[in-house]
Amino acid sequence: MSAPSKRILTPMRRVRGLGAAGSGTEHFWHQRVTSFALISLTIIFVVIVVSLLGRNHAAVVQVLGSPLVAILMLLFILASVYHMWIGMQEILIDYIHDDKLKLFVVVTNTFFCIVIAMGCVFAILKLSFGV
Amino acid sequence: MADTTTPLRPRPLSPHLQVYRLTLTMAMSIVHRITGTALYFGTMILAWWLIAAAVGPNAYSNVEWFMGTLIGKLILFGYTWALIHHALGGVRHLIWDLGYGFEEAEREMLTLATLVGSVALTIVVWVIGYFAMGGLR
Repeated sequence: MSAPSKRILTPMRRVRGLGAAGSGTEHFWHQRVTSFALISLTIIFVVIVVSLLGRNHAAVVQVLGSPLVAILMLLFILASVYHMWIGMQEILIDYIHDDKLKLFVVVTNTFFCIVIAMGCVFAILKLSFGV
Repeated sequence: MADTTTPLRPRPLSPHLQVYRLTLTMAMSIVHRITGTALYFGTMILAWWLIAAAVGPNAYSNVEWFMGTLIGKLILFGYTWALIHHALGGVRHLIWDLGYGFEEAEREMLTLATLVGSVALTIVVWVIGYFAMGGLR
């Protein structure tokens, strides 16, 4: 520490408050955690899709609706959507410099990801619980 | 502030991509973003497939028809490669995050392995898929 700050906030308080942004490295870390999870989930997803190739609708419904497959598909979708939400936001913030346009596309990214997640999750739950 | 007469010097800019010689690691870094973006929009197909399966046989046959067309197959093939390439690229980044593989030979090898591995695995998945669809018909 060099010259003591005139501010009343201690360095520890500033770190805990995470400064003006109000957030720190969560996205960086969550991107790594989801990517690690997605290594195995992606392999599982590819195996499920390949095993369903050429099967008729009734067979596809039965497989996708079975508990183990449904749970694995849900994990793949949720991890993927969170991962792609962070990734796309990072790309948009990097390349779009106009503040209002940036705000618009970042929010659009969030809406897109929520719609995709909701659509996929609802479809799988409907295949699982029927009706 | 508003009445300042002396024009400000333009702020210095840090050099961007175009000033550097293109290297393989750099190209693969850009491809990682491109494949990620492709997969982002590819989730619409995943959602369409799942929702169609949930809606019923007619909706599902529409997806099957589209995926059987040349454009559908090309999209699906591109999606397969993008998924595998992005996954392998992700593993490479995790290796780097842990502090390994930064020697010149290592990082070139890892980067080349991502490219060659993704093409090879994509072909393997499609050959398996081809036989799953019933092989030669």
